[in-house]
Order: sequence, then structure tokens, then C-alpha cells
Amino acid sequence: MTNKKNYTNIPAEKFAFVSAERKIGDEKFETKQIGYFADAFRRFCKNKSSVVAAIIILILVLYAILVPIFGETTYSKALTDTTYLTYTKLLPKNNFLSKYGIWDGTSTKDITEADYLYFAAMGMETGRPVITKVKSSMVDEKGKYLFNCKIDSYTSSGMLYLTLTEEQYKSIQKFQLETGIQVIFPAVNQKEVPSVLVTDANIWFKCNQKGAPVLKDGNFANIYKTTGNDGDYNSQRVAGDPGIEDPTSPDRYRYAQITGDSSSISYNVRLYKYNYFIYRYGYEPSFLFGTNDKGQDIFTRLASGARFSFILAITISIINLFLGTVYGAVEGYYGGAVDMLMERFSDILSGVPFMVVATLFQLHLAKKVGVVPALLFAFVLTGWIGIASTVRMQFYRFKGQEYILAARTLGSKDLRLMFKHIFPNSLGTIITSSVMIIPGVMFSESSLTYLGIINLDSSTMTSVGTMLANGRQFLSSFPHIIFFPSLFISLLEISFNLFGNGLRDAFNPALRGADD
Amino acid sequence: MYMFKYVIKRLLFMLFAFFIIISMCFILIRLLPNVPAEQFGKDMSLILQRRVRQGIVDQNGNAIPLMTQYLHFIRRSLIGGDWGVSEALYIGQDCFGIFKAKLPPTVLLNVYAMLFSIPLGLGFGIYAALKKNKWQDHVISTLVILLVSVPSYVYAFLIQYFLCYKFQLFPILMESGYDFFTWSMFKSMLPAVIALSLGVVAGFTRYTRAELTEVLTSEYLLLARTKGLTRAQTTLRHALRNSMVPIFPMIIGEFIGIMSGSLIIENVFGVPGVGALYVNSITALDYNFFLLLSAFYTIIGLAANILVDISYGFIDPRIRMGSRK
Repeated sequence: MTNKKNYTNIPAEKFAFVSAERKIGDEKFETKQIGYFADAFRRFCKNKSSVVAAIIILILVLYAILVPIFGETTYSKALTDTTYLTYTKLLPKNNFLSKYGIWDGTSTKDITEADYLYFAAMGMETGRPVITKVKSSMVDEKGKYLFNCKIDSYTSSGMLYLTLTEEQYKSIQKFQLETGIQVIFPAVNQKEVPSVLVTDANIWFKCNQKGAPVLKDGNFANIYKTTGNDGDYNSQRVAGDPGIEDPTSPDRYRYAQITGDSSSISYNVRLYKYNYFIYRYGYEPSFLFGTNDKGQDIFTRLASGARFSFILAITISIINLFLGTVYGAVEGYYGGAVDMLMERFSDILSGVPFMVVATLFQLHLAKKVGVVPALLFAFVLTGWIGIASTVRMQFYRFKGQEYILAARTLGSKDLRLMFKHIFPNSLGTIITSSVMIIPGVMFSESSLTYLGIINLDSSTMTSVGTMLANGRQFLSSFPHIIFFPSLFISLLEISFNLFGNGLRDAFNPALRGADD
Repeated sequence: MYMFKYVIKRLLFMLFAFFIIISMCFILIRLLPNVPAEQFGKDMSLILQRRVRQGIVDQNGNAIPLMTQYLHFIRRSLIGGDWGVSEALYIGQDCFGIFKAKLPPTVLLNVYAMLFSIPLGLGFGIYAALKKNKWQDHVISTLVILLVSVPSYVYAFLIQYFLCYKFQLFPILMESGYDFFTWSMFKSMLPAVIALSLGVVAGFTRYTRAELTEVLTSEYLLLARTKGLTRAQTTLRHALRNSMVPIFPMIIGEFIGIMSGSLIIENVFGVPGVGALYVNSITALDYNFFLLLSAFYTIIGLAANILVDISYGFIDPRIRMGSRK
């Protein structure tokens, strides 16, 4: 009991209230509150592959939105023009990368000696080489040379014959003088061209019946026209033209063949496509994805096709989300006989094959409301069923829970219970399944247009499936026409799948890894 | 007995659904303007005759009221199996006969694809599940994601370009003719079979892997291991069998579903099958064919659904389909 002494007489000032001036009560959290969506977003960001997929989707969407608006070139705009230059089947070319020998619009081909000379002659006349590189050459058993060369698709399409009005003829002449770019090349003496090759504008040299150049002293011998009227051509002339020194020389080359009388005079000229392109559209031809068989630029065309597909898919997704939610909510909430009847109805509807629906709608409605709305109706007719069954399951899951009972006890009406209390809880699942409608729609749409059941092709509109169908016939010779649309749709489907998985895991962590 | 009742109930509902769908299709198709028979020249009398027999027009060539046509349709086509003659594609020939002739290539293609993809899919799936979270599993899972997502026509183009054009291993299009069991025919079908199977293999792999990993982590497998069974024994005798319960119905469903899913593959590889017939009948506006093929695809879709549900019950008696709580 000695210790007790130590505790006596403790001075009162040694005691103090811990928090005399502070009220003790519930405290606000220092941390920030995390809502449902913020939480889902945080979980989503942890999933690396989904984030990458989301970024790829974003890039593809931006491509589809921005390119048709800002990426339109004078060339792709001219698509509906009647004098549109069809610069067909060009290979993909990128001006920057072409310096390093890749993505340069060339293809490697095995060609014979005759072809080699033909291309060399084209290059010689225009000053832009057609054969950019000879990789190897060999002699076959008959003593003929075979070459393996890189051929530039932009220059190998060479010349074209075009009939111009006087105004156009003068305008090109003016352009030539200003820029020094030779667009019009001298006309050819038709008598010297073999009759089967008269339409071939690339021939400017003496050649045999097959178009193979006949050399004179190891050089090409030109067959330019030196007689006749060319309507006072007074612009830049090609090298070697006697007309350079004396424009009135009788030996000068003639640059046009004149037809028609003085009232409607027309000039038939040989134009170099590459330079004519510069004249018409103001820049050197270079197509990132190449051009297709109609000469359309695949880069801008694919973007407008993609834009169409995206708009269609998103519209359908929103409509289906709305219809499916209402239908599924009623089914799931009321249950019983209502559920049974509505379920049977959607069962029957889901039994109709989509191909049949799409075709019937096309046959019936396409003429009345247009092709696209008919397609939209077809997608909507059966598309909402998936969403409806998801919503129904969610409603079954939540409607028996205590908080619903509590709300009902407090007097909430059915509609309020459905859309204020149950629906927000099932939002994550519903969003995931409605996002996943988008790639499905794009796939079905591309299949239908590919098969030709639906025709969306016009000069201003296209779809990915149409581009695939058009490229299909050139699969062996020009695979790039089909490659880029295929790449686009594949990338999109892969990204959407990964993105969808990520969304599902983010909204519903309990299901994580359920099917991957 | 319980199962029997369930099957009957489902079958009856399927017939009911089929009947409603095909009636809608019939009415919608008959509402379309019919191509006048005069257009077919010398085959005109034949087509007119058949139209009279089908109950579409009367003896004088005037259209019969739609509802009467519908009754004729039920009696002659749905019950009697007479689907009329082709009016645009194979003028004057019997639709059902042509359909029967086009069926073998499609069925054969799908049978080959299945024979190809079931062992591969299950094999990869089992391997991935056993090697879960090792590099083998990651490689397989990545490939599965790729193959499941990429549309089947993209593989078809790739296969056609590389195997048929570049390396010339296979002919570009499928051979025509009716000798289906020769080597050259099989070889010409192979690209289409590969294109058709890739997605299915990936689907099976994904599903098998998911099921098997779930079973492999279950308690009774642990028990089996503690009893002294080897890993191979537990996997083969216990895990695999149980994981087959949901996989087998999926195989059945896929087998039936794939028959209608090969429209594009048939188009790309020039397979003279039902898919090509369907697409051609639409572009040529041959309504009799279109109606017949719509009925075919509808019944395939419905049957696939039912078979999947029923087979669940047969494979695992513990699952009682359609039972109340």
C-alpha cells in the first residue's frame, strides 16, 4: 500500500480535457468519395489489354470521324465529277517512308525483256522511272532475258488519250509554262503503230506487233507526229523537239490531233497521268492505302464506310438498349403470366433468321424508305432480344431484395421501383451488353453488303462490306484493295472484344475471368 | 417420363414457332409483286401450270385471294412438300429437288469442319487449362481472342491468298460435280474447311478451358488426388468427364448452327451449296427458293436451340430442364 501515497495530492492543473473546445461526433471522410462509375473506371484502367483496346477503338472512331471531314483531298472530292481521272489500282504509298524503300507504291514482278524495254521507254519519255530497281536478271533456255524488278505503280499506268476542249487545252498549256511540268506529250504517228495497239497511249517508239520496242542503234526510235495541225501549241516542248529552237519549224512535233469543225473543235492529246493528276488536283499523287479498281482513294473511302458503319451500329445499339430495357424490365418485374407470354413472343421472334429478316425488309421497304432505314429496321426487329433477356435476368435478381421491399413499403410505385431502384443497379451489365451490340452489327452489316443482299455502294457512300466485295476479285493481283478494309474490321472486332471483356470485369468484379 | 414430357413440350412449341414464322414469311413474300410469267418465254406455260397447281393463280391466270393462297400453301408445301418450281434461277425445275442436290456440299463441308475442330478445340482447351497461367496458356488464350474476334471472311481471304494463290497448295475454288469422296474434291474443299473451322476451334478451346479450370479447382478433385490418384488419372477420369457436361451440348448446337453460318465462306470459295443458292435466290428474286430456304434456316435455328437444351438433360440427369424451383 506504499504506492497509494504517490497518488495522493496530484495537482489539479495536471489534468486537462482532451478536446474541450472540439465537439466529438461523426467526422467527414478525408478521402474523396468514389462513385459506382468512378470505381468501375478505376478497375477498367487496371486491365492493360482493355485500355489498349479502348485506345485503338478511339483511334478508329477518330479516323472515321475526322478523315471524311478534314482528310478530303481535291482528288477524293472529285469522285462525282464527270471528268474524274480514274487512276486505278495504285499501290499504297507514303511519301515519307518511300524514301526508305518501303510503302513506296511499287511491286516486285518478273518481267520479260520486251516488258522491260516497254517500261524503260515509258520512263525515258516521261522522266519518271517506271522500273525503280532491278533486283536480278537471268537468261532462260531460249536466250531471252528475264528480269525481277520493282515497278512503280504510279508511273507504270503511263499515258492516256483524252479529248479536250480548246479551253482545257489552253489551260494545260498555261500550267505547263508556269510550272515546267510536261502534261501533254507529243502525238504519235498512228501509221507507225501496229493496228492492235492503237489504243495504247504509252507507245511513242518503233515497235513490233506485240508492242516490244524495236531498237535503232541501241536507242528507242521515236514515232512522233511531225505533220498536221495541233492548234498552235505554244507551250513547253519535250527534249529533242526541233520546235524548241524554232517554233515554226516544219519538223516540230505535233502535240494534238484535231477533230471536229471550227464550231466545236476538240483536241485529242496524249496526257501523262501522273502529271495530269498534278495539274488537276494540285499535288503529287500519293495514296496512303492505294486506290481501288474505280480509282477511288481507299484511305478516305474506308473512313467514310467506317463512319457509316459506326453511325448505324451506335444508332441500333441505342434503340435496342431502349426497347430491350423496357421490354426486359416489364418481363422481369412483373414475372408470372406476363413474363411467360412476353418470353414466348420474343422466343418466336428470335427464331427468325437474321438473314431472312434483312432480306424481307430490303425487298419490302428499301424502295419506300430507302436502303439504310430498311437495314436499320431489320437490325432493330430482332436485335433487342439479347438486351431484353439480360435486363430480365437482372430484374429477377434484384426485385426480391430487401431494399426494394423497403422502398415498396414506403409507398414507391412500380415505375419508380423499376427505373429508380432496380435499373441503376443493373446498369453495368446492360451497358456492357449494349456496347457489345456494336461490333455485332458491324460484322452483320459487312456480311450482308459483302454478299450483295444489301447494296450500299454509290459514289458518295460505301460500307466496309462493299469494299471487301469489290476487292475480292482482285485478291490475287492487287491484294491491298481488300487488305485495308479487312484490317480495319479485324482490328475493330478484336478491340471491341477486349474492351467488352474489360467493361464486364470492371462493372462486375465477381464475374472476373469467367470466360477467359 | 419427366424428360419425355419436356421434350414433347419443346417440340410442340418449336412447331408452333416455326409455323408462325413461316406464315409471316409467306405472306410477306406473296405481298411482293410477282414476276409475270410471260417474261420466261418458252417456259411460260410450264410456270403458269405450276402456279395454278400451287394455288397462286386460277385457270385464267388471275391471282387468287391471299388467304386462299395461304391455305393452299399449308396443304401443298408445308404438308405435301411441294415448294413449286424455280422461276428465275433454274427456270422450271423443281425447287425442292434442287435444294436436295445443293445440300450435300454444305453438309459435307460442315461435317469436315466439325471433325477437324472438335479434337483440336478440346485438345487446345485441355492443354491450356492444365498449363493455366503459364506461357503456353497465354499464347493459346491470345490466339483464341484473335481467332474468335476476327471475322471468318477475313481468314477466308487470307487462306485464299496465301494457301491458294501464293503457295498454290489448293485450288482456288471448290470443284464442281457430284463426286464428293474423291481426293481432289477433298483437297479443293480443304481451304473452306479450314476457314470454317478456325473460329469454331477457338470457340471450343475457350469454352473447354473455362470449364476445365473451374472443375480442376473443385473440392472433389482434391479428394481424388488425396486418395492417391495421379494427376493424369484425376484429369481424365474425373475432371474431363464433368467438364464435358456443358461442352457436349455446345458441340451439338455449333454443329447445327454452323450449317447456316457458312454463307460467306461458301461465297468466297465458290462452294455450290445451300448458302450460295440462298444468296442467288435473293439477287435473282426467286421467291419460291427464298421461301423454301427461309423455312430451312428457321428450322435449323430452332432445332439447334432445342437440341442443346434437351441434350443437357440427357447428358447429366442431375440437370432437370424446365423444372420449377
